[in-house]
Amino acid sequence: MTKHVYLDNNATTMVAPEALEAMLPFYKERYGNASSMYSFGGLVAKDLDAARHRVAELLGAEFDYEITFTGCATESDNMAVRGLLSYYRNKKHIITSTVEHPAIISLCRQLEKEGYRVTYVPVDKNGVVDVNYLKESVDDDTALVSIMHANNETGVIMPVEEIGAFLKEKKIPFHVDGVQAAGKIPVDVNKINCDLYSISAHKFHGPKGVGALYVRKGTRMRPLMIGGHQEKGRRPGTENVAGIVGMGVAAKMAVENLEKESSLAALRDRLQKGILERVKTASVNGGDVLRTPNTTNISFEFIEGESILLYLDQKGIYVSTGSACSTGSLEPSHVLRAMDLPFSKIHGSIRFSLSRYTTEEEVDYVLQELPGVIQTLLEISPFWDNEKGEGKIME
Amino acid sequence: MWDYTDKVKDLYTNPVNVGKMEDANGVGHVGSVVCGDALTLYIKVEDGIIKDASFETFGCGSAIASSSALTEMIKGKTVEEAEKITNADIVEFLGGLPEQKIHCSVMGSEALINAIADYRGEKPPVEDEPEGQIICFCKNITDVDLRKAIREHNIKDVDTLMEVTEAGSVCGSCIPRMEDILEEELAKPCEENVCEEGAMTNLQKIHKIEDVINRIIRPGLKRDGGDVELVDVQGDDVVVKLHGACSTCVSAFATLQHFVQEELRKNVSEKINVKHI
Repeated sequence: MTKHVYLDNNATTMVAPEALEAMLPFYKERYGNASSMYSFGGLVAKDLDAARHRVAELLGAEFDYEITFTGCATESDNMAVRGLLSYYRNKKHIITSTVEHPAIISLCRQLEKEGYRVTYVPVDKNGVVDVNYLKESVDDDTALVSIMHANNETGVIMPVEEIGAFLKEKKIPFHVDGVQAAGKIPVDVNKINCDLYSISAHKFHGPKGVGALYVRKGTRMRPLMIGGHQEKGRRPGTENVAGIVGMGVAAKMAVENLEKESSLAALRDRLQKGILERVKTASVNGGDVLRTPNTTNISFEFIEGESILLYLDQKGIYVSTGSACSTGSLEPSHVLRAMDLPFSKIHGSIRFSLSRYTTEEEVDYVLQELPGVIQTLLEISPFWDNEKGEGKIME
Repeated sequence: MWDYTDKVKDLYTNPVNVGKMEDANGVGHVGSVVCGDALTLYIKVEDGIIKDASFETFGCGSAIASSSALTEMIKGKTVEEAEKITNADIVEFLGGLPEQKIHCSVMGSEALINAIADYRGEKPPVEDEPEGQIICFCKNITDVDLRKAIREHNIKDVDTLMEVTEAGSVCGSCIPRMEDILEEELAKPCEENVCEEGAMTNLQKIHKIEDVINRIIRPGLKRDGGDVELVDVQGDDVVVKLHGACSTCVSAFATLQHFVQEELRKNVSEKINVKHI
């Protein structure tokens, strides 16, 4: 049997069988519209309520109505940022970081064109946002701050609680992009003191096509879309009922599985340690600080990431890379560049992201196959001296 | 995910003619670790015929496949025959490449040009061109292509830009981005020959060059252990001295000089030529 070892869970995850099972009736006999007044449709609203409660619990929200379902996390991010800006019209300054997901960075670049001033807070060599820089950037014109909870490429966890406490005192709205944190580490929006928190179901074993935005009670924002009364007018449009129900089940399971977080970290560490022992050109990016338990980002110097990815693909191992070649844009990872890594490390970076379904056997299979792949690519690299067994880029 | 042909997959999985050739009499190098792909091509020419060829590649799957294909294609050919091989021939040999990977085959044909020049005792003619970001995915057109067209044809509106470059002519989703690029280009200070008002004094120019070197170029080079020093400005000729890793690494040298020149052209004046001492 061909092996399939899926280690790209920061890109997307397997839908939990329990979540899928719960969704199916809404594609079959229970197709009614939750807004209808008769029971065939109206009863569906109860399923939406139950899902909303489960998502509220995942985020530590006080009230269920603080959860708004969306189509994806990109929509949540856009709704949060644009929704706030369109309420606080006289404020024209936004603070974010250099390592945000495109859903925030590209949006901020667009807002710059629309006349906003954006501060991109830098990160240290481990990829952690510089909190002092952020604090010093705040001024009377600051409309909002948007910082990710955990980075998608490195898993590095940002000091959102420290930022949240500061912004609460300053009365500046705080949006946290929690896509890579929710379901992987405990999230408590009240400890973070954020006003908005974006998540996506398919990152924690829910279905694709559904996300949510936590909106703290009393937060002032305007909707992106105008239409019906769904989601209290915040996100009009007929609900993706099956998707929302699936997200609810996935959220419940994520809460239950958070206790097993340390065993996932142990599995990740086994992989990381094993690679470092076997491959001497390997180094971990962001490994010295707190990370999500499932992620490790490793650079293999003197070789290029896409070729590593393709060789691993042939062994049935699925990972991703920050190399330029792997993306449509032909630009290497902005996250690793912001961490001031040399290009030789950025182009050879590989992200391994595990899930609670990853097994020890799968990790050991990677450890068995990877060193050979790296060696083969080193042997054909013009930046590797085969006789001396060392790199020859710098001198 | 890229749609690679079986031939490409086969050649990156089991590349042939891999490795350094000690007795090569022609060596061509293109690319650098900075841009993310690089190729060194070795050829051994006897009686005007390429008897052997090998390669070393730092790059993605299609870069490995293109390099390996090239070595197969040129072996046994005369230098004159080999010289006629274009990147399109490499693509054909591979049964096609995804549009965004065509540059991998270009890297092959350029390395070949450089290797043949080296065999003949000439200077390598090919330096690396900046690739830019793809804006029009339907037609595979980059921002560099668009900027060049805007300047060369003195384009002022997006419809003309579409007509000239064909970008945005299929699905149209990139038209707003094309407009942004057009706006950026039109906002740039006028060239001296076009518009007298926008012309810089020599002193202003020197200050601007210093600023770009300190603010943009040096941080970029330092990341890879190099540095650059401004020595002199003579009209449009900017004389610099490269230090550290950049000054000793021959292969990266051309690229880095090119990088310095590109940044200065982009930020100061299109006419700038960078020379090194």
